Amino acid sequence: MAETSWDKAYETQFGDYVELLKPRVMRLVIFTAAVGMFVAPIAVHPVIAFASILCIAVGAGASGALNMWWDRDIDAIMKRTAGRPIPSGRVEPGEALAIGVTLSVMSVVMLGLFANIAAAALLGFTIFFYAVVYSMWLKRATPHNIVIGGAAGAFPPMLGWVVATGGIGIEPVLMFALILIWTPPHFWALALWRNDDYKAAKIPMLPVTHGTKTTRNNILGYSVLLIPISLALAFTQIGGLVYFSVAVVLNILFLLGAIRVFWRSDADNLADNFRAEKQLFAFSILYLFLHFVLLLAEAALRGLDLAPTFLVLL
Amino acid sequence: MSFHPQHDLHKRRKGRNMAVGLLLGAFVVIVFAVSIVKLSQPQNIDRNAPNYRATVADQ
Repeated sequence: MAETSWDKAYETQFGDYVELLKPRVMRLVIFTAAVGMFVAPIAVHPVIAFASILCIAVGAGASGALNMWWDRDIDAIMKRTAGRPIPSGRVEPGEALAIGVTLSVMSVVMLGLFANIAAAALLGFTIFFYAVVYSMWLKRATPHNIVIGGAAGAFPPMLGWVVATGGIGIEPVLMFALILIWTPPHFWALALWRNDDYKAAKIPMLPVTHGTKTTRNNILGYSVLLIPISLALAFTQIGGLVYFSVAVVLNILFLLGAIRVFWRSDADNLADNFRAEKQLFAFSILYLFLHFVLLLAEAALRGLDLAPTFLVLL
Repeated sequence: MSFHPQHDLHKRRKGRNMAVGLLLGAFVVIVFAVSIVKLSQPQNIDRNAPNYRATVADQ
Protein backbone atom coordinates (compact mmCIF):
# COMPACT_ATOMS: atom_id res chain seq x y z
CA MET A 1 0.00 0.00 0.00
CA ALA A 2 2.82 2.38 0.90
CA GLU A 3 4.25 2.50 -2.62
CA THR A 4 0.97 2.70 -4.50
CA SER A 5 -0.68 5.29 -2.28
CA TRP A 6 1.39 8.09 -3.89
CA ASP A 7 -0.05 7.59 -7.31
CA LYS A 8 -3.28 5.66 -6.97
CA ALA A 9 -6.21 6.72 -9.13
CA TYR A 10 -8.64 7.51 -6.29
CA GLU A 11 -7.72 9.43 -3.16
CA THR A 12 -9.86 8.37 -0.22
CA GLN A 13 -11.80 11.41 0.98
CA PHE A 14 -12.90 12.20 4.51
CA GLY A 15 -16.52 11.55 3.61
CA ASP A 16 -15.64 7.97 2.64
CA TYR A 17 -14.41 7.35 6.16
CA VAL A 18 -17.53 8.98 7.61
CA GLU A 19 -19.62 6.61 5.48
CA LEU A 20 -17.86 3.66 7.17
CA LEU A 21 -19.52 4.72 10.43
CA LYS A 22 -23.03 4.25 8.94
CA PRO A 23 -24.24 7.82 9.59
CA ARG A 24 -27.91 6.89 9.12
CA VAL A 25 -27.74 4.22 11.81
CA MET A 26 -25.76 6.67 13.93
CA ARG A 27 -28.58 9.21 13.75
CA LEU A 28 -30.98 6.66 15.20
CA VAL A 29 -28.46 5.71 17.90
CA ILE A 30 -28.01 9.36 18.89
CA PHE A 31 -31.77 9.86 19.11
CA THR A 32 -32.57 6.74 21.17
CA ALA A 33 -29.54 7.19 23.46
CA ALA A 34 -30.54 10.81 24.07
CA VAL A 35 -34.10 9.79 24.94
CA GLY A 36 -32.81 7.06 27.28
CA MET A 37 -30.68 9.69 29.00
CA PHE A 38 -33.29 12.44 29.25
CA VAL A 39 -36.11 10.25 30.57
CA ALA A 40 -33.88 8.91 33.37
CA PRO A 41 -34.68 10.26 36.84
CA ILE A 42 -31.21 11.80 37.33
CA ALA A 43 -30.38 14.96 35.38
CA VAL A 44 -27.13 15.01 33.40
CA HIS A 45 -25.09 18.18 32.88
CA PRO A 46 -25.56 19.27 29.24
CA VAL A 47 -21.82 19.14 28.49
CA ILE A 48 -21.49 15.64 29.96
CA ALA A 49 -24.65 14.59 28.10
CA PHE A 50 -23.29 15.87 24.78
CA ALA A 51 -19.88 14.25 25.27
CA SER A 52 -21.41 10.94 26.36
CA ILE A 53 -23.85 10.76 23.44
CA LEU A 54 -20.93 11.52 21.12
CA CYS A 55 -19.03 8.56 22.60
CA ILE A 56 -22.04 6.26 22.17
CA ALA A 57 -22.51 7.44 18.56
CA VAL A 58 -18.81 6.99 17.71
CA GLY A 59 -18.82 3.56 19.38
CA ALA A 60 -21.84 2.54 17.30
CA GLY A 61 -20.13 3.93 14.20
CA ALA A 62 -16.96 2.00 15.00
CA SER A 63 -18.91 -1.25 15.21
CA GLY A 64 -20.44 -0.30 11.84
CA ALA A 65 -16.93 0.04 10.37
CA LEU A 66 -15.96 -3.37 11.80
CA ASN A 67 -19.17 -4.81 10.31
CA MET A 68 -18.32 -3.35 6.88
CA TRP A 69 -14.78 -4.72 7.11
CA TRP A 70 -16.00 -8.22 7.94
CA ASP A 71 -18.95 -8.24 5.49
CA ARG A 72 -17.09 -6.73 2.51
CA ASP A 73 -17.48 -9.97 0.51
CA ILE A 74 -21.28 -10.20 0.83
CA ASP A 75 -21.73 -6.42 0.63
CA ALA A 76 -20.22 -6.55 -2.86
CA ILE A 77 -22.87 -9.07 -3.95
CA MET A 78 -26.00 -7.33 -2.64
CA LYS A 79 -27.45 -4.39 -4.57
CA ARG A 80 -28.37 -2.52 -1.38
CA THR A 81 -24.79 -2.60 -0.06
CA ALA A 82 -22.61 -2.74 -3.22
CA GLY A 83 -22.04 1.02 -3.04
CA ARG A 84 -20.51 0.94 0.46
CA PRO A 85 -16.98 2.36 0.78
CA ILE A 86 -15.08 -0.96 0.73
CA PRO A 87 -16.92 -2.87 -2.04
CA SER A 88 -16.88 0.25 -4.22
CA GLY A 89 -13.10 0.49 -3.77
CA ARG A 90 -13.00 3.87 -2.02
CA VAL A 91 -11.57 2.59 1.28
CA GLU A 92 -9.00 -0.19 1.81
CA PRO A 93 -10.28 -3.04 4.03
CA GLY A 94 -7.28 -2.62 6.35
CA GLU A 95 -8.10 1.04 6.87
CA ALA A 96 -11.68 0.19 7.84
CA LEU A 97 -10.44 -2.35 10.37
CA ALA A 98 -7.96 0.14 11.83
CA ILE A 99 -10.60 2.86 12.11
CA GLY A 100 -13.10 0.44 13.64
CA VAL A 101 -10.73 -0.85 16.30
CA THR A 102 -9.27 2.57 17.14
CA LEU A 103 -12.62 4.32 17.46
CA SER A 104 -14.06 1.39 19.47
CA VAL A 105 -11.29 1.65 22.07
CA MET A 106 -11.36 5.45 22.12
CA SER A 107 -15.14 5.68 22.54
CA VAL A 108 -15.22 3.14 25.38
CA VAL A 109 -12.31 4.75 27.27
CA MET A 110 -13.68 8.27 26.83
CA LEU A 111 -17.20 7.25 27.90
CA GLY A 112 -15.65 5.73 31.05
CA LEU A 113 -13.95 9.06 31.79
CA PHE A 114 -16.88 11.29 30.78
CA ALA A 115 -19.72 9.28 32.36
CA ASN A 116 -19.10 6.15 34.41
CA ILE A 117 -17.49 2.72 34.23
CA ALA A 118 -20.82 0.88 33.95
CA ALA A 119 -21.75 2.84 30.81
CA ALA A 120 -18.29 2.23 29.31
CA ALA A 121 -18.53 -1.50 30.00
CA LEU A 122 -21.98 -1.66 28.40
CA LEU A 123 -20.75 0.26 25.33
CA GLY A 124 -17.80 -2.13 25.00
CA PHE A 125 -20.18 -5.06 25.24
CA THR A 126 -22.50 -3.53 22.63
CA ILE A 127 -19.64 -3.11 20.14
CA PHE A 128 -18.44 -6.67 20.82
CA PHE A 129 -21.98 -7.98 20.46
CA TYR A 130 -22.62 -6.27 17.12
CA ALA A 131 -19.19 -6.75 15.54
CA VAL A 132 -18.33 -10.24 16.81
CA VAL A 133 -21.46 -12.07 18.00
CA TYR A 134 -23.74 -10.69 15.24
CA SER A 135 -21.54 -9.85 12.22
CA MET A 136 -18.86 -12.50 12.50
CA TRP A 137 -20.74 -15.33 14.08
CA LEU A 138 -24.52 -15.49 13.85
CA LYS A 139 -25.42 -13.38 10.79
CA ARG A 140 -24.28 -16.09 8.39
CA ALA A 141 -25.14 -19.00 10.66
CA THR A 142 -28.82 -18.76 11.62
CA PRO A 143 -32.11 -17.33 10.33
CA HIS A 144 -32.52 -15.83 13.82
CA ASN A 145 -29.68 -13.43 12.90
CA ILE A 146 -32.09 -10.50 12.83
CA VAL A 147 -33.20 -11.10 16.41
CA ILE A 148 -29.55 -11.00 17.52
CA GLY A 149 -28.82 -7.94 15.40
CA GLY A 150 -31.88 -6.30 16.94
CA ALA A 151 -30.38 -6.77 20.39
CA ALA A 152 -27.29 -4.83 19.31
CA GLY A 153 -29.48 -2.01 18.05
CA ALA A 154 -31.52 -2.04 21.25
CA PHE A 155 -28.67 -1.09 23.58
CA PRO A 156 -28.42 2.69 22.91
CA PRO A 157 -31.42 3.83 25.04
CA MET A 158 -30.15 1.60 27.83
CA LEU A 159 -26.69 3.16 27.41
CA GLY A 160 -28.20 6.62 27.76
CA TRP A 161 -29.98 5.53 30.94
CA VAL A 162 -26.79 4.04 32.42
CA VAL A 163 -24.87 7.24 31.65
CA ALA A 164 -27.42 9.16 33.74
CA THR A 165 -28.00 6.72 36.59
CA GLY A 166 -25.01 4.37 36.65
CA GLY A 167 -27.41 1.41 36.86
CA ILE A 168 -30.28 -0.49 35.25
CA GLY A 169 -34.02 -0.48 35.99
CA ILE A 170 -37.23 -1.86 34.53
CA GLU A 171 -37.56 1.20 32.24
CA PRO A 172 -34.31 0.72 30.23
CA VAL A 173 -34.99 -3.02 30.05
CA LEU A 174 -38.41 -2.33 28.49
CA MET A 175 -36.93 0.22 26.06
CA PHE A 176 -34.36 -2.44 25.13
CA ALA A 177 -37.10 -5.06 24.67
CA LEU A 178 -39.16 -2.66 22.53
CA ILE A 179 -36.38 -2.26 19.93
CA LEU A 180 -35.38 -5.92 20.22
CA ILE A 181 -38.86 -7.28 19.42
CA TRP A 182 -39.57 -4.50 16.90
CA THR A 183 -36.53 -5.31 14.75
CA PRO A 184 -37.59 -8.74 13.38
CA PRO A 185 -40.95 -7.67 11.87
CA HIS A 186 -39.32 -4.46 10.64
CA PHE A 187 -36.48 -6.26 8.90
CA TRP A 188 -38.39 -9.29 7.68
CA ALA A 189 -40.85 -6.99 5.90
CA LEU A 190 -37.80 -5.63 4.04
CA ALA A 191 -36.32 -9.11 3.56
CA LEU A 192 -39.51 -10.31 1.83
CA TRP A 193 -38.91 -8.02 -1.12
CA ARG A 194 -35.09 -8.14 -0.99
CA ASN A 195 -35.14 -11.92 -0.90
CA ASP A 196 -33.11 -12.37 -4.10
CA ASP A 197 -30.29 -10.20 -2.75
CA TYR A 198 -29.93 -12.25 0.41
CA LYS A 199 -30.16 -15.47 -1.62
CA ALA A 200 -27.31 -14.34 -3.86
CA ALA A 201 -25.16 -13.42 -0.86
CA LYS A 202 -26.04 -16.72 0.87
CA ILE A 203 -27.18 -14.97 4.06
CA PRO A 204 -29.64 -17.26 5.88
CA MET A 205 -32.48 -14.75 6.14
CA LEU A 206 -35.77 -16.30 7.19
CA PRO A 207 -37.48 -16.00 3.75
CA VAL A 208 -34.44 -17.72 2.18
CA THR A 209 -34.24 -20.62 4.64
CA HIS A 210 -37.86 -21.20 5.66
CA GLY A 211 -39.84 -19.57 2.88
CA THR A 212 -42.11 -16.55 2.79
CA LYS A 213 -45.03 -18.21 4.64
CA THR A 214 -42.94 -18.83 7.78
CA THR A 215 -41.66 -15.27 7.52
CA ARG A 216 -45.22 -13.89 7.42
CA ASN A 217 -46.14 -16.00 10.46
CA ASN A 218 -43.13 -14.68 12.34
CA ILE A 219 -43.84 -11.08 11.40
CA LEU A 220 -47.31 -11.45 12.91
CA GLY A 221 -46.01 -13.30 15.97
CA TYR A 222 -43.43 -10.64 16.84
CA SER A 223 -45.96 -7.87 16.19
CA VAL A 224 -48.30 -9.43 18.78
CA LEU A 225 -45.41 -9.83 21.24
CA LEU A 226 -44.58 -6.15 20.75
CA ILE A 227 -47.93 -4.96 22.13
CA PRO A 228 -47.47 -5.85 25.84
CA ILE A 229 -43.93 -4.44 25.83
CA SER A 230 -45.01 -1.17 24.26
CA LEU A 231 -47.95 -0.80 26.65
CA ALA A 232 -46.01 -1.91 29.75
CA LEU A 233 -43.78 1.16 29.32
CA ALA A 234 -46.86 3.32 29.86
CA PHE A 235 -47.16 2.02 33.42
CA THR A 236 -43.58 2.77 34.43
CA GLN A 237 -42.22 6.02 35.84
CA ILE A 238 -41.27 7.20 32.33
CA GLY A 239 -44.69 6.47 30.80
CA GLY A 240 -48.01 8.18 31.26
CA LEU A 241 -51.43 8.91 29.83
CA VAL A 242 -50.18 10.66 26.69
CA TYR A 243 -47.79 7.81 25.89
CA PHE A 244 -50.47 5.22 26.58
CA SER A 245 -53.17 6.82 24.40
CA VAL A 246 -50.96 7.21 21.33
CA ALA A 247 -49.20 3.84 21.84
CA VAL A 248 -52.57 2.05 21.75
CA VAL A 249 -53.30 3.56 18.33
CA LEU A 250 -49.79 2.80 17.02
CA ASN A 251 -50.04 -0.83 18.14
CA ILE A 252 -53.45 -1.31 16.51
CA LEU A 253 -52.14 0.10 13.21
CA PHE A 254 -48.97 -2.00 13.37
CA LEU A 255 -50.96 -5.15 14.12
CA LEU A 256 -53.36 -4.43 11.23
CA GLY A 257 -50.38 -4.00 8.89
CA ALA A 258 -48.87 -7.29 10.09
CA ILE A 259 -52.19 -9.12 9.67
CA ARG A 260 -52.48 -7.76 6.12
CA VAL A 261 -48.97 -9.06 5.32
CA PHE A 262 -49.87 -12.36 7.03
CA TRP A 263 -52.84 -13.03 4.72
CA ARG A 264 -50.95 -12.29 1.51
CA SER A 265 -49.47 -14.82 -0.90
CA ASP A 266 -46.44 -14.60 -3.15
CA ALA A 267 -48.84 -14.07 -6.06
CA ASP A 268 -50.20 -10.95 -4.33
CA ASN A 269 -46.64 -9.67 -3.99
CA LEU A 270 -45.96 -10.11 -7.69
CA ALA A 271 -49.26 -8.41 -8.52
CA ASP A 272 -48.59 -5.18 -6.59
CA ASN A 273 -44.80 -5.38 -6.11
CA PHE A 274 -44.82 -5.91 -2.32
CA ARG A 275 -47.05 -2.93 -1.57
CA ALA A 276 -48.24 -4.15 1.87
CA GLU A 277 -44.74 -5.22 2.90
CA LYS A 278 -43.26 -1.88 1.91
CA GLN A 279 -46.03 -0.08 3.81
CA LEU A 280 -45.43 -2.18 6.92
CA PHE A 281 -41.69 -1.48 6.69
CA ALA A 282 -42.26 2.25 6.35
CA PHE A 283 -44.83 2.32 9.17
CA SER A 284 -42.55 0.30 11.48
CA ILE A 285 -39.99 3.13 11.35
CA LEU A 286 -42.64 5.67 12.31
CA TYR A 287 -43.93 3.32 15.03
CA LEU A 288 -40.59 3.12 16.83
CA PHE A 289 -39.71 6.77 16.29
CA LEU A 290 -43.02 7.93 17.78
CA HIS A 291 -42.61 5.68 20.82
CA PHE A 292 -39.39 7.46 21.71
CA VAL A 293 -40.86 10.86 20.88
CA LEU A 294 -43.72 10.03 23.29
CA LEU A 295 -41.30 9.07 26.06
CA LEU A 296 -39.51 12.36 25.48
CA ALA A 297 -42.84 14.22 25.59
CA GLU A 298 -43.74 12.53 28.89
CA ALA A 299 -40.37 13.59 30.35
CA ALA A 300 -40.99 17.16 29.21
CA LEU A 301 -44.50 17.15 30.72
CA ARG A 302 -43.13 15.83 34.02
CA GLY A 303 -40.46 18.53 33.95
CA LEU A 304 -43.15 21.18 33.57
CA ASP A 305 -45.43 19.50 36.13
CA LEU A 306 -48.09 19.12 33.46
CA ALA A 307 -48.22 15.31 33.29
CA PRO A 308 -51.71 14.00 34.05
CA THR A 309 -51.73 11.45 36.87
CA PHE A 310 -51.48 7.91 35.59
CA LEU A 311 -50.91 4.49 37.09
CA VAL A 312 -47.31 3.53 37.88
CA LEU A 313 -47.51 -0.23 38.28
CA LEU A 314 -43.98 -1.26 37.30
CA MET B 1 14.94 30.03 0.71
CA SER B 2 13.44 27.67 -1.78
CA PHE B 3 11.13 24.82 -0.99
CA HIS B 4 10.37 21.76 -3.04
CA PRO B 5 7.19 22.17 -5.05
CA GLN B 6 4.22 20.52 -3.39
CA HIS B 7 3.69 16.92 -4.36
CA ASP B 8 0.36 16.20 -5.96
CA LEU B 9 -0.51 14.10 -2.89
CA HIS B 10 -0.61 17.23 -0.72
CA LYS B 11 -3.27 18.73 -2.93
CA ARG B 12 -5.31 15.55 -3.22
CA ARG B 13 -5.33 15.05 0.54
CA LYS B 14 -5.93 18.67 1.51
CA GLY B 15 -9.62 18.30 2.32
CA ARG B 16 -9.06 15.13 4.28
CA ASN B 17 -6.18 16.61 6.27
CA MET B 18 -8.17 19.72 7.13
CA ALA B 19 -11.09 17.58 8.34
CA VAL B 20 -8.84 15.40 10.51
CA GLY B 21 -7.26 18.55 11.96
CA LEU B 22 -10.65 20.03 12.80
CA LEU B 23 -11.72 16.75 14.35
CA LEU B 24 -8.67 16.61 16.61
CA GLY B 25 -9.25 20.23 17.58
CA ALA B 26 -12.87 19.44 18.46
CA PHE B 27 -11.75 16.47 20.54
CA VAL B 28 -9.42 18.72 22.57
CA VAL B 29 -12.25 21.22 23.12
CA ILE B 30 -14.62 18.48 24.34
CA VAL B 31 -12.09 17.00 26.79
CA PHE B 32 -11.35 20.51 28.07
CA ALA B 33 -15.05 21.37 28.46
CA VAL B 34 -15.81 18.13 30.32
CA SER B 35 -12.82 18.68 32.60
CA ILE B 36 -14.04 22.16 33.53
CA VAL B 37 -17.56 20.88 34.22
CA LYS B 38 -16.35 17.95 36.30
CA LEU B 39 -13.95 20.09 38.35
CA SER B 40 -16.55 22.75 39.04
CA GLN B 41 -19.16 20.25 40.24
CA PRO B 42 -19.41 19.83 44.04
CA GLN B 43 -17.07 17.32 45.61
CA ASN B 44 -18.65 13.94 46.09
CA ILE B 45 -19.72 12.64 49.49
CA ASP B 46 -19.49 9.06 48.27
CA ARG B 47 -16.44 7.51 49.91
CA ASN B 48 -15.68 5.44 46.77
CA ALA B 49 -15.94 8.33 44.32
CA PRO B 50 -12.69 9.65 42.83
CA ASN B 51 -13.58 13.19 43.86
CA TYR B 52 -14.47 12.25 47.46
CA ARG B 53 -13.62 14.87 50.07
CA ALA B 54 -13.97 14.07 53.75
CA THR B 55 -14.48 17.73 54.74
CA VAL B 56 -17.54 17.98 52.49
CA ALA B 57 -18.94 14.70 53.72
CA ASP B 58 -18.71 15.86 57.34
CA GLN B 59 -20.92 18.88 56.82
